Amino acid sequence: MKILVPVKRVIDYNVKPRVKADGTGVDLANVKMSMNPFDEIAVEEALKIKEAGSAEEVVAVSVGPAKAADTLRTAMAMGADRAILVQTDEEVEPLAVAKILKAIVAEENPGLVILGKQAIDDDSNQTGQMLAALLGRPQGTFASKVVIEGDAVAVTREVDGGLETVKLALPAIVTTDLRLNEPRYASLPNIIKAKKKPLDTKSPADYGVDIAPRLKTLTVAEPPVRSAGIKVESVDALVAKLKELGVA
Amino acid sequence: MKTLVWVEHDNAAVKDATLHTVTAAAKLGDVHLLVAGAGCAAVAEAAAQIAGVAKVHLADDAAYAHALAENVAPLIVGLMADHDAFLAPATTTGKNVAPRVAALLDVMQVSDILSVEGEKTFTRPIYAGNAIATVESSDAKLVITVRTTAFDKAEATGGSASLEAVAGAGDAGLSSFVGAEIATSERPELTSAKVIVSGGRALKDAETFEATILPLADKLGAAVGASRAAVDAGYVPNDYQVGQTGKIVAPEVYIAVGISGAIQHLAGMKDSKTIIAINKDEDAPIFQVADIGLVADLFDAVPELTGKL
Ligand SMILES: Cc1cc2nc3c(=O)[nH]c(=O)nc-3n(C[C@H](O)[C@H](O)[C@H](O)COP(=O)(O)OP(=O)(O)OC[C@H]3O[C@@H](n4cnc5c(N)ncnc54)[C@H](O)[C@@H]3O)c2cc1C
Ligand SMILES: Nc1ncnc2c1ncn2[C@@H]1O[C@H](COP(=O)(O)O)[C@@H](O)[C@H]1O
Repeated sequence: MKILVPVKRVIDYNVKPRVKADGTGVDLANVKMSMNPFDEIAVEEALKIKEAGSAEEVVAVSVGPAKAADTLRTAMAMGADRAILVQTDEEVEPLAVAKILKAIVAEENPGLVILGKQAIDDDSNQTGQMLAALLGRPQGTFASKVVIEGDAVAVTREVDGGLETVKLALPAIVTTDLRLNEPRYASLPNIIKAKKKPLDTKSPADYGVDIAPRLKTLTVAEPPVRSAGIKVESVDALVAKLKELGVA
Repeated sequence: MKTLVWVEHDNAAVKDATLHTVTAAAKLGDVHLLVAGAGCAAVAEAAAQIAGVAKVHLADDAAYAHALAENVAPLIVGLMADHDAFLAPATTTGKNVAPRVAALLDVMQVSDILSVEGEKTFTRPIYAGNAIATVESSDAKLVITVRTTAFDKAEATGGSASLEAVAGAGDAGLSSFVGAEIATSERPELTSAKVIVSGGRALKDAETFEATILPLADKLGAAVGASRAAVDAGYVPNDYQVGQTGKIVAPEVYIAVGISGAIQHLAGMKDSKTIIAINKDEDAPIFQVADIGLVADLFDAVPELTGKL
C-alpha cells in the first residue's frame, strides 16, 4: 500500500498573525512559515504505518508556491520517500486542492490519504472530507487512533462528546487530530538525505483543475480587541467580584 | 431563499447547536430542517416546534443512526435539489458532514460563519480568530457551517412546522459505526454552560486536576474545560479542550486556572463575557484578555476560593 500525505505551508503556529493595514489579508512578509502542525501528525502517522509493515511508500504532496518545496523537504526529512509540488502563487481553496488531490490519487492509487484536520491559516477544516466525497471513498476525520485491519481501517475519532470509532473500507481518507501521535524531529543526516529524494514539480493545469476562487475575500479585519481588565489582590476580592457577577 | 438546516441530535433530543444554526439560517430565508437518524421521530416532533421553522424533513433509517458522512451526505445532496443553502453547526458532526455535501454539490463551503452580511456574504474567523474575513460566495448554492456562539438560540417552542418523511439511499456500504466512548456527566455541557472553569498544564496530573478544579466547578454549577496541554497530558478527556482546534465557548464567566493564554487557547474563549484568570506569572498572556486577574499560586488560591463560596 502507498500512503499519500498532503502537507500545507502555513504561518508558524508560534507567530501572532498581523492584519495588513489595507485590509486585504494577513501580512506574511518576513514571517516564519512551517508545515501545518496537523500535517506533521499526518506524516508521522504514515511513517508509523509504513514502519509497521502495512505500507511500502509515503508520498508527500503540497499545493502552493515554490517555497512549499521546503515543507516537502521537511516531510522527506521526517521519512517520506518522495514528494510532489503542485506549484502556484495563487491561493488555492480547499475545493480546488481536493480536486488536484483527486487527480493525484488517480495516478498514484494510494490505499490511504492522511491529511490534517485543519490548516491553521484558513481554519477551513474541509479538504479531507471534500477529497473523500470526490473520490466516493469513506472518511475518518479528527483521528486519534488509526488501525489497519486487512482491507479496512479502524479510525477512532475525537468528537464533541468524547471518542467514536468507525470502520472504513480501504482505500480511505483520514484526517488527523492532535492526540494521534507526536511527530518526530528530522535528524541532521535525514535532512541531508532528504535533499536527494525525488521531488516532482507540477502545475494545477497539469491536472486540468480550475483553481479560480469561489469565495471572494472582500476584506480582512482585526477582530474586536479585548482590553486587559483589573487585577485583584486577594481571593476575598475575587469572591466579591464573582458575587457582583451573580455567579456566586 | 430556502435553507436546509442539519438538526444535531442524539436520536432522542434536539441539541442546542441546532437552535443557534436556525437563527443564522433565518437571516437567509425560509428555514427547513433535516432530522436524519434512527428511531428519531420524537426528535422530529420537537424540531417542528422550533420557532420560525416551516418544514421538517425526517429521514428515519438505521443507516443514519450515527450520522456517518458517507450515508447522510447523499441524502442531503438529494434534498438540496429543492433548497438554496445547507447550514450545519460547526460541531464535530457538522464539520464532518458539510464539506462532503459541499464537494458533491461542487460548492466551496463557508466554514464557521460569525455573521450574515448579505445573501451571499458572511464573516468568518481565520488564523485562530486573529483576523476576520468578509467573504462573498459565487456558487449557485451555499454550504455553511455556523459558529454557534455567534448566533442567539432560536426559541425551542412556538413553531408548528409541517413534517415530511423522506427516504435516501441508506447505507453506502463504505463505513460502519463500531462504538463510542461518550462520557455522561451531571455537569452542564461546555458549549452551553453559563460558567466554565478551565484548567491548564499547571494542574500537574489527572488526580490534581480533579481535586482542584472540580470542587470549584461544583460550587459555581460550572462546566469544566481545559487547555490542549492538559488534555495531551491526560488530565482530562479530549472533549474538554477549548480553543482554535477544540471547542469554541462564550459563557457569561470563563475562569482560566493555570493556563498561559496561547493564541490557540484564546481563539476558543475570548468571546466570553467576563474572563477571570488565576496564574502565578503576572506576565502570562492570559492577563491581556482577562477582565479580572489574580496573580497567585493556584494551589493556594483555588482551594481558598472554593472554601469561601
Ligand atoms: C495546531 C495546534 C493547535 C492547538 N490547539 C489548541 C487548542 O485548541 N486549545 C489550546 O488550549 N491549545 C491549543 N494548542 C496549544 C497551545 O499552543 C498551548 O501550547 C497550550 O494552550 C498551552 O496550555 P497551558 O496554557 O495549559 O500550558 P502552559 O503554556 O504551559 O501554561 C501553564 C501556565 O500555568 C501557570 N502556572 C504554573 N504553575 C502554576 C501555579 N502553581 N499556580 C498558578 N499558575 C501556574 C504558568 O505560569 C503558565 O502560564 C494548539 C497548538 C497547536 C500547534
Ligand atoms: N495547499 C495545500 N497543499 C497540501 N495540502 C493541503 C493544502 N491545503 C489543505 N491541505 C490539506 O488539507 C488539510 C485541511 O486543510 P483545510 O481544509 O484548508 O483546513 C491540511 O491539513 C492539509 O493536509
